Amino acid sequence: MTFRAGQLVRIAARKHEGHHRTPDYLKGKSGKIERVHGSFTNPETRAYGTDGLPLETLYLVGFDQPDLWPRYASKAKDRLLVDVYEHWLEAT
Amino acid sequence: MTEHDHDHSHDHPHEPVTNGEVPAAAARVRALEELLVEKDVVSRDDIRQRIDWLVSRSPTDGARLVARAWIDEDFRIRLLEDAHAAALEVGLDPGPSPIVVALENTPDVHHLVVCTLCSCYPKALLGPPPDWYKSIPYRSRAVSDPRGVLHEFGLDLADDIELRVVDSTADIRYLVVPERPAGTETMSEEALAALVTRDSMIGVARAISPSAVPL
Amino acid sequence: MSTVGRLYDRVMERAVHDLGGRPTTAPIDRTEHELADWELLMDAIVGVLGKNGLVNVDELRRGIESMQPDVYERASYYERWLYAIETILAEKGVLSPGELDSRLDT
Repeated sequence: MTFRAGQLVRIAARKHEGHHRTPDYLKGKSGKIERVHGSFTNPETRAYGTDGLPLETLYLVGFDQPDLWPRYASKAKDRLLVDVYEHWLEAT
Repeated sequence: MTEHDHDHSHDHPHEPVTNGEVPAAAARVRALEELLVEKDVVSRDDIRQRIDWLVSRSPTDGARLVARAWIDEDFRIRLLEDAHAAALEVGLDPGPSPIVVALENTPDVHHLVVCTLCSCYPKALLGPPPDWYKSIPYRSRAVSDPRGVLHEFGLDLADDIELRVVDSTADIRYLVVPERPAGTETMSEEALAALVTRDSMIGVARAISPSAVPL
Repeated sequence: MSTVGRLYDRVMERAVHDLGGRPTTAPIDRTEHELADWELLMDAIVGVLGKNGLVNVDELRRGIESMQPDVYERASYYERWLYAIETILAEKGVLSPGELDSRLDT
């Protein structure tokens, strides 16, 4: 586990051709670790018939909505929380 | 009326298929089952059991967790800490996996759950998701225009309430614990559970207010 | 390239299933339907295949994501599951090419 709750992170702006669970709308965006969920298999390899090992840490990462959507419709302090695998996170 | 052309002993209600025709997929799925059983890849018993489990899942299970959390502060804390263990505690079957996390609504924070990438949903505790949850418009707009989505569902939140959208992209399933409505102080746990709707546990609605219930 | 052109390319680059924030003015249809027998059966087949270690949820998702965009959008939820399972089981040699089709023809 590399990151702690409260830490600022950025989602890698990588292109990934195969199966992966990091939505396009998050790539390159900055947020904050809300929770550390624990260790899970890697869906990117498990989707192709491997065991998905080694386990890696999964995090709940929070973003301010206006940072994600230039025309976000409200002035409220709305947030978006997404589960992201460690290898998609970069320290900022 | 849909046909029963495979043997199963469960009993579940059948609604007529409202769009008329049974799709080609129906025959294909039955043929697939036959093939897989013949090849000994799956057993009919296992299929039957799994169907029985699926049809026994309903939002009343999730509602029990919420009602218990409303009246029992220690349980509420345990639910938020480990929803899987809390479900087992009240005799529910949260399923072997994936993991369930409960998210609590407060006067300041309202949660809305979506799975933009597919349709992940806590079906062990809520039953199967509604069609709209799995739909392209919901999956597209719940993250980028959540207040617009809530407005379509008849829920408008004040600007000083933080709307937190949770996109279930991994194997965690999220269950919203709606706020306890006002005027429910003397209600029994069972009566409280009846106020907790499926939609309030997804986040597109609040729990039913007792003043809204016709006498 | 114009801004509109760049936006178009950006949207088209996305994988078929990656829908978050995709521009749409479509209202959310709140009509619900009870699951048909075949849908319950499809769900159960996937559950048992998972339990038996034959197809995991990541493979199921990958199978769905391999659909052509127009097919994906027209398909119902469990039709996508059917497509995915056929794809993955064929990949694993559990189903032979055309085997399911010939079963339907008989």
